[in-house]
Amino acid sequence: MATGVAAWLPFARAAAIGWMPVANCPMPVAPRDNSKRQDELIILNVSGRRFQTWRTTLDRYPDTLLGSSEKDFFYNEETKEYFFDRDPDAFRSILNFYRTGKLHYPRHECISAYDEELTFFGIIPEIIGDCCYEEYKDRKRENLERLQDDQEENKDMKLPNMNFRETMWRAFENPHTSTMALVFYYVTGFFIAISVITNVVETVPCGSTANQKDMPCGERYTVAFFCMDTACVMIFTVEYLLRLFAAPSRYRFMRSVMSIIDVVAILPYYIGLVMTNNEDVSGAFVTLRVFRVFRIFKFSRHSQGLRILGYTLKSCASELGFLLFSLTMAIIIFATVMFYAEKGSSSSKFTSIPASFWYTIVTMTTLGYGDMVPKTIAGKIFGSICSLSGVLVIALPVPVIVSNFSRIYHQNQRADKRRAQKVKKARLARIRIAKSGSASAFLLSKRNGVLNELLELKGTDEDEQKLTRSTCLIESQHHHLLHCLEKTTAHEFVDEQMYEQNCLETALQTFPSRSPTISSHDSSVGTCCGCRIKRNTPLPNASTPSTHPIPTHQGPLQELSAIHIQCADPPSQTTTRSNLNLKTDDSSRINCKGGRITTAIISLPTPPALTPDGDGLHGPPQRRPPPAPGLPAAPSIQTTTSSASTNIVKVSAL
Amino acid sequence: GKDPNPIGQTEGSKWQKPRLSRKSLMKCCLVKWIIASTTQQGPGKDSSDSDLELSMVRHQPEGLEQLQAQTQFTRKELQSLYRGFKNECPSGLVDEETFKTIYSQFFPQGDATTYAHFLFNAFDMDRNGSIRFEDFVLGLSVLLRGSVTEKLRWAFNLYDINKDGYITKEEMLAIMTSIYDMMGRCTLPSVRDDSPFEHVEKFFQKMDRNRDGVVTIDEFIETCQKDESIMASMQLFENVI
Repeated sequence: MATGVAAWLPFARAAAIGWMPVANCPMPVAPRDNSKRQDELIILNVSGRRFQTWRTTLDRYPDTLLGSSEKDFFYNEETKEYFFDRDPDAFRSILNFYRTGKLHYPRHECISAYDEELTFFGIIPEIIGDCCYEEYKDRKRENLERLQDDQEENKDMKLPNMNFRETMWRAFENPHTSTMALVFYYVTGFFIAISVITNVVETVPCGSTANQKDMPCGERYTVAFFCMDTACVMIFTVEYLLRLFAAPSRYRFMRSVMSIIDVVAILPYYIGLVMTNNEDVSGAFVTLRVFRVFRIFKFSRHSQGLRILGYTLKSCASELGFLLFSLTMAIIIFATVMFYAEKGSSSSKFTSIPASFWYTIVTMTTLGYGDMVPKTIAGKIFGSICSLSGVLVIALPVPVIVSNFSRIYHQNQRADKRRAQKVKKARLARIRIAKSGSASAFLLSKRNGVLNELLELKGTDEDEQKLTRSTCLIESQHHHLLHCLEKTTAHEFVDEQMYEQNCLETALQTFPSRSPTISSHDSSVGTCCGCRIKRNTPLPNASTPSTHPIPTHQGPLQELSAIHIQCADPPSQTTTRSNLNLKTDDSSRINCKGGRITTAIISLPTPPALTPDGDGLHGPPQRRPPPAPGLPAAPSIQTTTSSASTNIVKVSAL
Repeated sequence: GKDPNPIGQTEGSKWQKPRLSRKSLMKCCLVKWIIASTTQQGPGKDSSDSDLELSMVRHQPEGLEQLQAQTQFTRKELQSLYRGFKNECPSGLVDEETFKTIYSQFFPQGDATTYAHFLFNAFDMDRNGSIRFEDFVLGLSVLLRGSVTEKLRWAFNLYDINKDGYITKEEMLAIMTSIYDMMGRCTLPSVRDDSPFEHVEKFFQKMDRNRDGVVTIDEFIETCQKDESIMASMQLFENVI
C-alpha cells in the first residue's frame, strides 16, 4: 500500500462504482470493517509527555508501529492511552511525519539515537525529506567512520577469492595490508630519496684535483654516480612494470598522473643510454637530465598531503588564474608608470618597460632585491604605491586557496563524496522495493486469499476472525479494490515471472501454427502475448482518446517482447479464433473462484514484482514498431494466448 | 539597494537623518513612474496572474451546515472527510496532476493516469480544472449515500466524456482502454489489444436497445436496473466511510 495516500483509499473505492456497469463478472465481497469506529482522538504518552492525534492520522502508514496493531502492545488499560518509554523530543518529529507525510531530521539530535527511534517505530530512514536528507546522511557517514576507526585492524583481512594480480594491486595501493607491501613501500621511498640526493650531490663541487679546478662530484666520480643512477632507475622500472601488470584497468592506469610521473622520471636515463655518443644532441641530453628532478614527485604516493596539495591547486585553478591575471595587469601598469617616471633620470636601470617588469615583480612581492631602485621623486612615489598594492593584490586570492585546501583536506579525511552517488542509488532502490512490495503484497494475499476462502467455506467464525485480523484493514480494502478491477476486466494480475513464462509458452506453442496472411495494419498493431505497445486510435472515428498518450511499461524483458512484435496481427483470423477462445475463456471464468484456485496452484513463489515507481508510470511511450513481415526467424505469433492459457488452466484444473 | 533605517536611531536626536526606507522610496514619484512603466507591458495579464495565484493559493469551502444540507453525510463524517482532504491538499484544491499522482498510487502495476483524468472530469463538475472540497464531497455523497439511480447517473456521467447525454462507442472505448491500462502488462490471461474493443461490443450489445450506436441515459439506467449483478455490485461500497 502506497504510504501517505491511505486517506484517499475511501475515495478510490467509491470511484470504483464507475466500473460496475461495465463489469461482466460478479464482484467480490468487500472486507468487513468489524470495528466500525468513529474517528477518535488517541493519546500517546511518551515518557510522560502526552501527544494526541486522530486515529486516522496514524492509520495512514499501516506498516509502521503506530499505524498497525503493534501499538496495542503498548496500550495501558487503566489510563486508556498508549504508553511508550522513549524519548519525547525525537517522538515529535516522528509524529509530525504522520501528520505531514514528511519526515524531518532535527539537527540537534544525535544520529544514532534518532536512528534507534526510527527503527523502533518502524520507519525507514530513506523517506526523510530532501530538505534534511543530506544532513542526515552526512552525519551518519561521520558516525560510521568514527566507529570504523576503532575497528581498523579487522578491515584489512585478506578477502578470500583474490587472485595474485588483485592482491598485488591492493598491496600497491594500500601498503598496510601486508608486510611485503610495507617493505616494498619503504624500499621505493628509500630509493626515491637516494635518487634525489644523488641528483643534488652530483652538482656539488667536490674539491679540486691536482690538475683541474673545482669540478662537480658528478664528473669526478662518474662511475659511482652512474651505478647509483642505474640502480635507482632499475628499481623504478621494475616498480612501474609491476604496477602496470597489477592494474585492474591498464589503460586507465597509463593515463593517470602518477604513472606519467613515473615514466618521465625514468625516461631520461634510457634516452641517455641511447644517445651518449652523439655530440650534437648532448646539449639536449643535458636538458633531459633536468627531468630527473621529477623523481621527487614520486613521493606523492607516499604522502597524502602532497596529493591533496596537488588536487587543491587543480581545483583552485580559477582562483590561481585570477591571481595571475590581476598580478599581470598590475605589473604592466606599474612597469609602464615606473619606466616613464624614471626616464628622465640619468644612468637609470629602467631601460625599457620589460626591464621594469623585474622591478615591479620584486617590489610587489615585497622582495626588494635592491638591484633596481627609482631615483626620481615621482619614481619613488609610484614605487611605494606599487609595493602597497602588491601586498593587497596577492593577499586577496590567497585565503580562497587556503580555504579550498582546508576543505579538501578535511574532505579527504572522510570517505569519498563519490560514494554518495552509490548511496543515492541504493536509497532509491530501497524505496522502490518498498513500493513494489505493495504490488507483490497483493499477489501474495491473493494466494493467501484462496486459503481464506477455503477456510471460510468450512471454518468456524473464530478462524475467520483470526484471518481477517492478520492483514490490516486498509491492506484488505486496497486488495479488494484491485480485485474489483480484475473482475471488471476479467483479467488477473500476475507477477513478472509468471507473465514471462506465459509469453514464452505461447511463443513455443503457436510457432508451428503460422498464419500466412498478414493483413493491413490500420487496426491494432502487431502484438504477441498481448504485449502492450502504444496504440494510436484503432478506430478511424475516435475523437477524444488520441490526446492522451498511453505510456507502457518498460519491462525487463523488453528485448524479448521486441522480438515478438516483429510480426503482424491478422485481425480477421484472430477474431474467429479468439471468439472460440473467448467462449472457453468465459467458461473458465464463470466460476471465477475456481479460476483463482487454479492460478494459485500453478503459481511459483513470488519474486519481488518489478513495478515502476511513480516516476516510471510516465515512461516514454513506445512508437509503433514497423511491422516486418519478412522475418522468418521470429515466430509469427497471433494473439492466441487465450488458447495457451486455457491449456494451462485446463491442465491444472485436474 | 538602500539600507533600511538602522534600528538604533534614537528619536530624540536633534537632526534626524533622512530615512531612506522602502516606504519613503515608494512615495517618490520617480520610483512610482518607473514601476508603472515597467508593469505596463501586460496589465491584464498581471492582474489575472495575481488573481489566479490567490485563488490557487487557498480555497475555503462552504460552511459545514451548507454542506450538510447538500450532501447526505453527517457532520462528523464531513469533518473527518475535510480533515483528510485538507491534509493531502493544504491549499484546498486538487489539480489534475496531483489527482493523477494520488490515484496512480493505488494501481502500482498499471497506468492509471488516463482513467484518473476521466475521473477528475467526473468530479470537477464546473470544469474549472481543479476539484474543490465541495465537488469532492458532493461526488462522494452520490457514490456512497445516493440511491442506485443516482449512482447510475454518476456512472453515466463518467462514461459520457463530452457530457452530451450520449455514450458513443468511441467514448466507451476510451474509458475501457483506460481501465485496461490500469491492469498493466503482467496479467493472466494477457490483455490483448482488442480486449477493450470486445468489451465495448459486449457492453453495447447489452445496453443499446434500439441499436442506434449510442447509449442514452434512459437505456443505460433501464438495462442496469434489470441486471441483478450490477444492482448488487452497486451496493458494494455502502459502508466505505
